[in-house]
Amino acid sequence: MAPAPADSTVLQIRSSDDVVLIRQQVRARAAEAGLGLVDQTKIITAASELARNTLDYGGGGTMAMTMVNDGLRRGIRLVFDDKGPGIADIQQALRDGYTTGNGLGLGLGGAKRLCNEFAIESTVGVGTRITIARWK
Amino acid sequence: MDRIPILKLGRALLVTIQVDMHDRLATALEDDLTNQIVKHGAHGVLIDISALEIVDSFIGRTLDTIAAVSRVLDAETVVVGMRPAVAITLVELGLSLAGVKTALNVERGMALLRQRDDQPEQEDGASAG
Ligand SMILES: Nc1ncnc2c1ncn2[C@@H]1O[C@H](COP(=O)(O)OP(=O)(O)OP(=O)(O)O)[C@@H](O)[C@H]1O
Ligand SMILES: [Mg+2]
Repeated sequence: MAPAPADSTVLQIRSSDDVVLIRQQVRARAAEAGLGLVDQTKIITAASELARNTLDYGGGGTMAMTMVNDGLRRGIRLVFDDKGPGIADIQQALRDGYTTGNGLGLGLGGAKRLCNEFAIESTVGVGTRITIARWK
Repeated sequence: MDRIPILKLGRALLVTIQVDMHDRLATALEDDLTNQIVKHGAHGVLIDISALEIVDSFIGRTLDTIAAVSRVLDAETVVVGMRPAVAITLVELGLSLAGVKTALNVERGMALLRQRDDQPEQEDGASAG
C-alpha cells in the first residue's frame, strides 16, 4: 500500500489510551481545518470507532492524519492501517448489527454515515486500510 | 487506577463525567455504580455527560449496560446534559440509547426521578410513561 503523504501526522494505535489520544488530535486538526462543531464531533466519533476496530480486530496499527485544502474543499482525511486478519466480506462488515466481537456492530456503518468520504481496502491475511474524510 | 467519583444526592447517585472516558474507566464505573446502588439502596442514577465531547458506540454501550443493570436493581438511570452536537452525531451513528432516559440537566433529571418515586406502587410492576 502507498505510504502516507509527507505532511501527515502518524499516530500509533496500541491501547485504549491511544484511542483517547487520537480523539484529541483529530479534534485539534479538525478545528484547525475550520470544521464546525457538529462536523468536528462527527469525524472524531468516526475516528474513535475506527481506532477501536484497529485495536480490537486489527491487533493495533496506525492512523495517518492529513489536512486537505485543494482549493475546492477544506477538511481532514484520516487513514487507518493495520496488519491484522483483514475483512473477508466488507458488505457484511458494514451492515448495522453485524459483529464478530461483543459490540453493537455500529462502528463501520456509523463511521461511513458520519463522513463525506469512506473507503475500505482489505486483504484477508494481510491487513485493512480504511480512509475517511470530512469537509467543511 | 483513577475512578469517576459517585456522589449521593438524596435517594439518587450522581456521576459527573469530567474526563474523556477511556475504556477501563468506563468499565470501572459500571462496577462501582452497581456496588453503590446496592450499598445505598439508591432509586436513581444521574449521569452528567455535559463534559463529554463525543459518545461513541463503546461509551453508548456502557451507558446502556449501566441503565439495564440499575433497572434490575430497581434504580432508574437518567443521562443528563448531552451536548447538541453529540446528540446529532449519536443519531447518525445509529445509537438509539433506547434503554436510557435523558434529561436536559441535573435539575430536570432529578425531577424525573422524583416523579418516579412519587408514583404509587403498581400491581403488575410496569410503570407508566
Ligand atoms: N480492522 C479490522 N480488521 C478486521 N476485521 C474488522 C476490522 N474492523 C472491523 N472488522 C470486522 O467488522 C465487524 C463490524 O465492525 P463494527 O465496527 O461495525 O462493529 P463492532 O466493532 O463489532 O461493534 P461496535 O463498533 O458497535 O462496538 C467487526 O465485528 C469485525 O468482525
Ligand atoms: Mg467497532
